[in-house]
Amino acid sequence: MELITLFWTFLMVGFVSFGGGYAMLPVIETEVTSHGWMTTQEFTDVIAVAGMSPGPIATNSAIFVGYHVASLPGAVVSTIGMVIPSLLLILIISAFFFRINQHTLVKSALYGLRPIITGLIIYAAIKFASSNEMIGAFSWHTISLFLIFFIALLALVKWKIHPVFVILISGIIGMTIY
Amino acid sequence: MINKRKILLQVFFSFFKISPITFGGGYAMIPMIEKEVIEKRKWMEMKDLSEIFALAQSVPGAIAVNSATFIGYRLGGVSGSLAALIGILIPNFIIVVLLSILFVLVKDNPAVAAAFTGIRPAIVALIVYAAYRIGRTAIYDKTTLIIGIVTVGLLLILKIHPVIIIFAGIGVGIIVVKIKNWLGIITNLEKKEEHTLLD
Repeated sequence: MELITLFWTFLMVGFVSFGGGYAMLPVIETEVTSHGWMTTQEFTDVIAVAGMSPGPIATNSAIFVGYHVASLPGAVVSTIGMVIPSLLLILIISAFFFRINQHTLVKSALYGLRPIITGLIIYAAIKFASSNEMIGAFSWHTISLFLIFFIALLALVKWKIHPVFVILISGIIGMTIY
Repeated sequence: MINKRKILLQVFFSFFKISPITFGGGYAMIPMIEKEVIEKRKWMEMKDLSEIFALAQSVPGAIAVNSATFIGYRLGGVSGSLAALIGILIPNFIIVVLLSILFVLVKDNPAVAAAFTGIRPAIVALIVYAAYRIGRTAIYDKTTLIIGIVTVGLLLILKIHPVIIIFAGIGVGIIVVKIKNWLGIITNLEKKEEHTLLD
């Protein structure tokens, strides 16, 4: 039963995963918390592991969530569910030599979708920040978390440090101070 | 027949090989795919591959996985696309499953728990960084700015399911462009100068 729910959930996620990766995190997060599979904080750890693994972050998260819910069969059905929609669409587009990206209708749809995807990711950031005690009572703990956030952001935007290193270094900082 | 099987195996192993060495999400795979498909295998020209990358972004799913599926189809039809897709997925799948097992084993260790306390705010920074990168190409006029702000508001205040908002976005884009055309306002459907990236 759980396997069927996993399959349908990730089939839906795969179908709407325009903009790939990070845009899908709020969708997956809504699904895993509403099914009671994980808390938002546990899902943050999934993203951490998915981000340190090679490959696309959304597919990796699907594999991890699937494994967490129903071990190996769960991971398999989640992955298959996630890739089926794109596979079918690509086969249709390829078979009919359909230049979908040059259609005005598709371009207009993407014109509206892109800012919505940006909004979705900003929402994800706010949600993950509040679930991980970064927004809240004024304490040494909250300040230290906020400092790590700020330095990590600076490292990514200004110093162009690779995301995997940012995750590893913040892990080392965490081990030292907590 | 033998030739076809040879192509399928080549497609499978090309993507199988690329996948486990590309950390940092789908975009990290693009240069590796270029190198393999154009320089090494000489399967197609840059012009064709650029078109595939552009198409891959207009379809839901990860750009690297989508590109692999498109390339596989060009080389070997439906079985080619499956060979590429399975090739790119298997190494990721194995690595993520192994890491999931490892994570469950070590997550209650105090040192690991402390590390993850430090990692969580960094993940929030990664998400903000993703928003910043997409925002730069997505938000460039008043309409896109309003759409972006309204989205965050709807999600935070009304807690609407993200999937509904994504579908609404498709409709909103089409309707807004139609209305603006009707009013005689020309809409740039993509940000000028830079190449538009959706991921």
